[in-house]
Amino acid sequence: MKRHYLISAVLLLCAISAFAQSGGELRFCLRSEPKTFNPLLVEDEASETIRYLTGGVLVRVNRLTLKAEPDLATSWKVSEGGKRIRFKLRDGLKYSDGTPFSAEDVAYTMQQLMDPALHSSTGDAFRSADGKLVAHVISAKEIEIDFPAPVANLVNLFDTVAILSAKSPQKEMATLGPFHVAERKAGSYLLLKRNPYYWKKDAAGKQLPYLDSIRLDIEQNPEIEAMRYKRGEVQLINTVSPAIFEKLSADSASVRDAGASTDTEQLWFNQVPSAPLPAYKKAWFTSTNFRRAISETINRNDLARIVFHGHAVPAIGIISPSNKFWFNSDLRPHAYDTTDALRRLQQDGFRMQGETLKDKAGNAVEFSIATNAGNRARESMATMIQQDLKKIGIKVNVVTLDFNSLLERMTQSYNYEACLLGFQNVELDPNSQMAVWLSSADNHQWNPNQKSPATPWEAEIDKLMRAQAASGDEHKRKQYWDRVQQIAWEQEPFIYLVNKDALVAIASSVKNAEPSVFRPQTFWNVETLALAH
Amino acid sequence: MKTIRVAAIAILVLMSLVVLGAHYLAPAGYEQQFRETTEAAPSIHHLLGTDELGRDRWARLLYGMRVSLTLAPLAALFTTVLAGLVGGIAGYFGGWTERCSKLLIDLFLSVPWLFLLITVRAVLPLNVSPEASVTVTFALLGLLGWAASARVICAGAKDLMKSEFVWMARASGFSGLKLVRLHLMPNLRGALLAQFWISIPVFIIAEANLGALGLGVAEPLPSLGSLLRELQDSVMVRPEPWRLLPLAVLIVVISSFQVLLNRQEIRT
Repeated sequence: MKRHYLISAVLLLCAISAFAQSGGELRFCLRSEPKTFNPLLVEDEASETIRYLTGGVLVRVNRLTLKAEPDLATSWKVSEGGKRIRFKLRDGLKYSDGTPFSAEDVAYTMQQLMDPALHSSTGDAFRSADGKLVAHVISAKEIEIDFPAPVANLVNLFDTVAILSAKSPQKEMATLGPFHVAERKAGSYLLLKRNPYYWKKDAAGKQLPYLDSIRLDIEQNPEIEAMRYKRGEVQLINTVSPAIFEKLSADSASVRDAGASTDTEQLWFNQVPSAPLPAYKKAWFTSTNFRRAISETINRNDLARIVFHGHAVPAIGIISPSNKFWFNSDLRPHAYDTTDALRRLQQDGFRMQGETLKDKAGNAVEFSIATNAGNRARESMATMIQQDLKKIGIKVNVVTLDFNSLLERMTQSYNYEACLLGFQNVELDPNSQMAVWLSSADNHQWNPNQKSPATPWEAEIDKLMRAQAASGDEHKRKQYWDRVQQIAWEQEPFIYLVNKDALVAIASSVKNAEPSVFRPQTFWNVETLALAH
Repeated sequence: MKTIRVAAIAILVLMSLVVLGAHYLAPAGYEQQFRETTEAAPSIHHLLGTDELGRDRWARLLYGMRVSLTLAPLAALFTTVLAGLVGGIAGYFGGWTERCSKLLIDLFLSVPWLFLLITVRAVLPLNVSPEASVTVTFALLGLLGWAASARVICAGAKDLMKSEFVWMARASGFSGLKLVRLHLMPNLRGALLAQFWISIPVFIIAEANLGALGLGVAEPLPSLGSLLRELQDSVMVRPEPWRLLPLAVLIVVISSFQVLLNRQEIRT
């Protein structure tokens, strides 16, 4: 009996192997031209895609299990409370141009990454304190890296560091990942070809990746991208809008809802003391009761159901429930309760006069919500919030601005009242949100660049954020983050609206796809993707 | 020809009545969100169905027509008057006046208006009502749209000034305003009217495009432009042909006006 099982298993393995050798060219679209091929300078989504498909990294975070897995490094050890990491590297690896890989390349990459003159946002994540990084090359296959201070989430951060070659004449175009850039026509397409020296093999010993090449067409218009998908010209769409998802679904095209993503959409009020707003409006916006009343009047279920066609969930707070480890599971969604909202407002002296809400000085409550023009989902959410708030006598003016004008108002002139935007949370570890939650940070949108915390709760968040960043103990960091989430839930400086689902389209001809809610949703396991003929 | 003209008049009268009676013909109003019936197909409750937020498309079409078919012709009239003044003066006087006018026209045609409009939006206060926002938008369009038309009028006026009948009129002692009123204006009328009618759809479409810059009609007020913007979802249009009605209305209105214009041109 055992022998039969063994034979079946071998036959299955052979079948998978034979199928997997299908080769072929996978096609999908980039929304814009990649701004750089230097993996250390990546900031835009298109460059990020190229980095993921071509770059070799020391550890790779599995997008389903969220665990760090060995890649170029076979093992690692973190010590000194998160200040030091030692990697053992894989033997006999070569870049796509045949240049051998060694620990010298890792040291070179880390030095380049942390060079302040490079202004690498990937490097910023490692910068927990002033001081220099020291990389000790112990042998050709072993390296130890010392940071000036403990770095939170240290191991997983290496998922974004593609190792450059110190010696290759092709510089950053020599890659250790499954593909390399073979051809490029500006504004039209990029052709990635299989890296002949890629190290990874499948269970049957066959060299990966299965695909021969990937063609990335530059296509800005998602509607055209969807039409091309329907015609079979492209086989993947990494981010599908809910409307297109519904349409493709109705046309029996292969689309999948991978579940709630880590991205958030939120509304916030301008609380900057120097903002050119009337004093009475500043008093409204800095009142916790006012913010919570607004939050309770917004019907988040309707936003998720109507604007996102049910492909979103009402947001609870900073961290999406899909980020299971870091999410504070004690928190519950804010209730939709206009009666309680009016009670809170009455506590602050607001009262209804006819159909208009007035503050204690008799000013009618009216404010504008600004959002970026061209984003239909945000425009629709703002319009729905406008109708929701009308129920408690608040007049809202919806204003759409081009993104640069909006950014100027948010960061320079502070000439706005409320803003509706979203965050794309690429990192699973919330430490990347330090730049948002520290009161002294530029991106502390409701009141940035504070010299000292304006409120006791912001002071407490500052303390907790610094403590979590300096701790190497994940469970302790989780406790700090739970408290930060609790405070943010109570104070609502950001009124979180929804967490959008990760909607993807994967043609039935693409085999082995396992879409994840985390980026890159459809091709995170690109080396094992194959095409059926 | 007469039948077509009568039909055009009937259509315009009917549309005017429908637009004026929007309040009675579409009691649902343009902003009420029926959230349980979003993107509904046409029914007895919603003659053209509902949009993605559950708003009555019929009501939005009527109020959108009211906004666009009132403000776009006003802006077109303003721009045509400006074009007539600048182009007419340049063509009538010639010489340095013409050179200066042409310089002004070239300047207006070469300035990157897109960036100027973005700047204008950036300095406008945020707390303005949708009605004020749409009025500002069409006023800007009227103020900025005259240059190309002025060039056409200038060329026309210049040709007229060289024509035999104008020479004869001048020889007979006609000059100044009398010459303009009796000889130039009647002969430039066709060109001016053509510029006027062309400007209306151009401004309606321009308003829709300006929406992408945040300088269009603010929610929840509809306009023909904002309704046409919905057609950007080309994937969705095929199974919902009733969404094409704003486009059909625009074509019918402009065609009706042009039928009348042609008739008037023949008369002149």
